[in-house]
Amino acid sequence: MRFAFSDEQDELRRAVRRAVEARGGARAAREVVDAGGDHDAALWRTLAHDLGLAGLIAPEAHGGAGLGWVEVVAVQQELGAALAATPWFATVALAGAALRVAADDAQAAALWPALARGARTATLAPGAGVAARATPRGVTLAGVARHVVDGHTAGLLIIEAHDDAGEPALFAVDGDAPGVRRRRLPTMDRTRALAEVTLDEVEVPARARLARAGRAGRAAIDHALALARIALAAEQLGAAQRCLDLSVDYAKVRHQFGRPIGSFQAIQHACAELFVLVESARSAVYFAGWSADHAPDTLADVSAATAAYCGDASYRCAADTIQLHGGIGFTWEHDAHLYFKRARASRALLGAPDAHRDAIAARLGLGADHVAREGAT
Amino acid sequence: MDLRFSAEDDAFRATVRAWLDAQLGGEFRHLRGKGGPGHEHEHVEGRLAWERALGAAGWVGLGWPKAAGGRGLPLLHQVIFHEEYARAHGPGRIGHIGENLLAPTIAAMGTEAQQRRFLPAIARGEELWCQGYSEPGAGSDLAGVQTRAELRAGHWHLTGQKIWTSHAAISDWCFVVCRTDPRSARHAGLSYLLVPMRQPGITVRPIRQLTGTAEFCEVFFDGARCPEDHVVGAPGDGWRVAMATLTFERGASTLGQQIGFAAELEAILAAARANGADRDAGLRRRLADAWIGLQVMRWNALRMLAHGARGELPREALMSKLYWATWHRALGELAMDVLGPDAEIGAEIGAEIDPEAAAGGGGAYSLTPLQETFLFSRADTIYAGSNEIQKNIIATRALGLPRGT
Repeated sequence: MRFAFSDEQDELRRAVRRAVEARGGARAAREVVDAGGDHDAALWRTLAHDLGLAGLIAPEAHGGAGLGWVEVVAVQQELGAALAATPWFATVALAGAALRVAADDAQAAALWPALARGARTATLAPGAGVAARATPRGVTLAGVARHVVDGHTAGLLIIEAHDDAGEPALFAVDGDAPGVRRRRLPTMDRTRALAEVTLDEVEVPARARLARAGRAGRAAIDHALALARIALAAEQLGAAQRCLDLSVDYAKVRHQFGRPIGSFQAIQHACAELFVLVESARSAVYFAGWSADHAPDTLADVSAATAAYCGDASYRCAADTIQLHGGIGFTWEHDAHLYFKRARASRALLGAPDAHRDAIAARLGLGADHVAREGAT
Repeated sequence: MDLRFSAEDDAFRATVRAWLDAQLGGEFRHLRGKGGPGHEHEHVEGRLAWERALGAAGWVGLGWPKAAGGRGLPLLHQVIFHEEYARAHGPGRIGHIGENLLAPTIAAMGTEAQQRRFLPAIARGEELWCQGYSEPGAGSDLAGVQTRAELRAGHWHLTGQKIWTSHAAISDWCFVVCRTDPRSARHAGLSYLLVPMRQPGITVRPIRQLTGTAEFCEVFFDGARCPEDHVVGAPGDGWRVAMATLTFERGASTLGQQIGFAAELEAILAAARANGADRDAGLRRRLADAWIGLQVMRWNALRMLAHGARGELPREALMSKLYWATWHRALGELAMDVLGPDAEIGAEIGAEIDPEAAAGGGGAYSLTPLQETFLFSRADTIYAGSNEIQKNIIATRALGLPRGT
């Protein structure tokens, strides 16, 4: 049993860390925020072209490295630590998860190569806002998808749409297709862009519907979301660890009453509680990454548990980082607010912690069938 | 990353399971699920026989070095043993303190004569040990120990009082941290003595707890004696030995403990489904959160153990006591909230009642298992290093924050 990255996986993680630090860590994200930009283009170039990470999980036949979710977790952890503002998350962890689960061979061959080269970006738009209507020439998509990560810049949109019977499916849509209108939404967290994507009777061919045999509909979408949530949790872990590091470092140097504030138990105990959250989040994320690759039967529960735990943990770490820094933590100048706002945004991104708890409660048979049970007695 | 058990691990598991099933399905069937925290008064005689059966079959001292008479098994095999033990509803281990705290200490720091004298009897499950650390004036601050021992005519003579001593009434021996240099203070001048419990100078008095039962005892030393050579390490070096004892708990039993937690959680989930408490969205989420917390606890433990199997335990291991104690205490509270008004109603009179505890005043006090979880878990966050001490340890040792003045 080895509950840690292999040497190769850890080298991948360190390569990402070096790339992120060469850009000044969170300073690069701050520059994106201050400029009102979409991405840190220089970091994306390094990740996609120098390190070849755009193709991390793409099949080798389609120009990728053919790696799995443990590697995704390793990368996301470091991107999260620096709040890296790149298309990597939406392209690989969101759209990539959907392609991995639901694309058939022909679709994979058509869609992966450009993504794997870093020549095209992508995103996933889950939800019930878009309708799919069969036509003689294919399918017409109509509706609005909100809160789509990088939705206004992604070259490829993987869109969940529901047919008349309410059956969902995923459709691959060109971001510039006629009838696609998109706009960036004004967000509190400016390190990750959210967009509204409007599909105004967008016609796509039937083969746009991701149709891997036996992997369609709700189950495929849920599986893709389970993978995506693990990637998000890894990012939350990286950010939470950085928040703890910032707080502990500050507590060692900030003096009040003639002592470092880190010598006071009130500060020590607050930091100790964050340590428990961070290390537990790490255990969860690593276990979930491994489960994604090796234990599909338990993946839904493992992903939901990890998402709920990490969503809460990262928010708490970021919030307490402001508190532990006192006044300086409330300034625009300090990075604490960037982590705080990202943590807040991520908590709502692929389902809130309470929604994950509700899903687990349902699987535990809680509150499921009172009418049936009472009828039986 | 590879989270599978190996084929060798699985084979070991099968051997353990077969033996436990045979014993706990046969001669020792009546001991299944008896004893353990909150139930130490149950079937004591039977559990003493069980300790000897474990010893005879070679299940005591799995992790001790071979040179000390142990089996030198890897940490993961010890973990597997504890998991299987819990799955088979093995009774609470009376021999735990001798096997897992005292024996590794003697193996590492004791003399050859001490190893020959004490380890085989522990391995056979024949001699029981208790731990003489805490005192009325030395709880979290162990260096405040005031029990004294004086060397006269080849024997140490002990005077003082220990408290919160588990199994003191049935133990044969106690390892006692005491002050052997009367002019010393704090960590200096302490010694680690091995003291026979069955002698005139020792009085044991059970402490009735808020659960109504008596797990812990007070131990009074008034002229109790032990031979001069029953000191581990040098006289005056007892603090170092006492601290070493605490590091021998490698967490091998944690996954077994979690199987017990899972059974408690399952009982609470069943209660919520049965009484309709699960219609309440708030309770439903708390139940789901308890389930999540238990999964995370397991993943934490697997990570620590996989790491620990390759050498020193990582700094993250410092959080495990704080984590499980806090989780378990919250579980007890959740159980009561799920039961609603029925949470108040105890077990029917006539259920097994500890007569000694009942004699302590207030008459029979008979609790349901969930009430026991609720009440006994108040101790979880206090004994073996309170939550506050655990946070101090994390802050200073894991995070490197400066010690307070």
